[in-house]
Amino acid sequence: MIGRMRILGPTLLIMALLLIPLLLIAPSGAADEPLEFLSAQEEQRFNRLIEELRCLVCQNQNLKDSDAPLAKDLRLQVLEQMRAGNDDAAVKQFLVERYGDFVLYRPPVQSNTYLLWLGPVFLLLLGGAIVYRTVRRHRDGDPDREGVQ
Amino acid sequence: MKRFFPLLSFAGLAVLLFFGLGNADRKQIVPSPLIDRQAPAFQLPVLDQPERLISRDELLGQAYLLNVWASWCPPCRLEHNIVTQLAIDGPLPVYGLNYKDEPDDAQRWLQTLGNPYALILADRTGRTSIDFGVYGAPETFLIDAAGHIRYKFVGPLTAETVEHELLPAIAALDTGQRGSP
Repeated sequence: MIGRMRILGPTLLIMALLLIPLLLIAPSGAADEPLEFLSAQEEQRFNRLIEELRCLVCQNQNLKDSDAPLAKDLRLQVLEQMRAGNDDAAVKQFLVERYGDFVLYRPPVQSNTYLLWLGPVFLLLLGGAIVYRTVRRHRDGDPDREGVQ
Repeated sequence: MKRFFPLLSFAGLAVLLFFGLGNADRKQIVPSPLIDRQAPAFQLPVLDQPERLISRDELLGQAYLLNVWASWCPPCRLEHNIVTQLAIDGPLPVYGLNYKDEPDDAQRWLQTLGNPYALILADRTGRTSIDFGVYGAPETFLIDAAGHIRYKFVGPLTAETVEHELLPAIAALDTGQRGSP
């Protein structure tokens, strides 16, 4: 047991030493985007905004999650717009003017999105009505069903 | 009637999916809100003369095509022959918007493949491109003599899209506005 420890010891040490360069490399990737915030409040607001904006390159990701270079540029634009004193609506409007409503993860309620917003409610009502009718028919004793039993 | 309900539902769903999935490619394309609007203002250096700045308003008076490209963009290479053809045979001058590129890389690319552009503006930061709503190179804009964006194509141009989309869009410009090539 002790003999094995003696061999393991130096091996572990060498392995640990080999890992040191990795430590030196790793942080440089993260430092690729040195966004510095003036306050925790600003950071919070920034994070909330980029969560609600879509990355145009990888369209199922928001600006916060995306690694695409364009997402990085757009995050920078968002921060600049915030620092220019624009409120949330104005920051979003800045991107909508360039990329359309598509950049908004939460689409606005307007004539061409009624189906999107009200469709699920309609389907829920429709499904509810079908369930209600089916259940009632079973309870009242549907002739077809009674035949099966 | 009730008996046919499942069949009808299936048929309805099939039609819906057929058209929905058939259009899947086009759905990736984000419609630009800038169509028929004034092109965003810009002031950019010319690629091979960095001290010479060109603004949007200096390009007014003649319709032109603005092709967004970069040396790091493989699909740009794909459409390069088409863009070259368009610059030689097409009715309008073709300007390049070099998007987030290293000038040296861009020059090397042009030396290798040829330079079809009448003028190349260098957008190193990508800011002007964001103003144009660019989200993936290559993109091609048709801008009329009054400076309005009249048509936009996202992705590499093909002979087919030039013939069926771009040239008709150019032909639809008011003839009075069109400058001589």
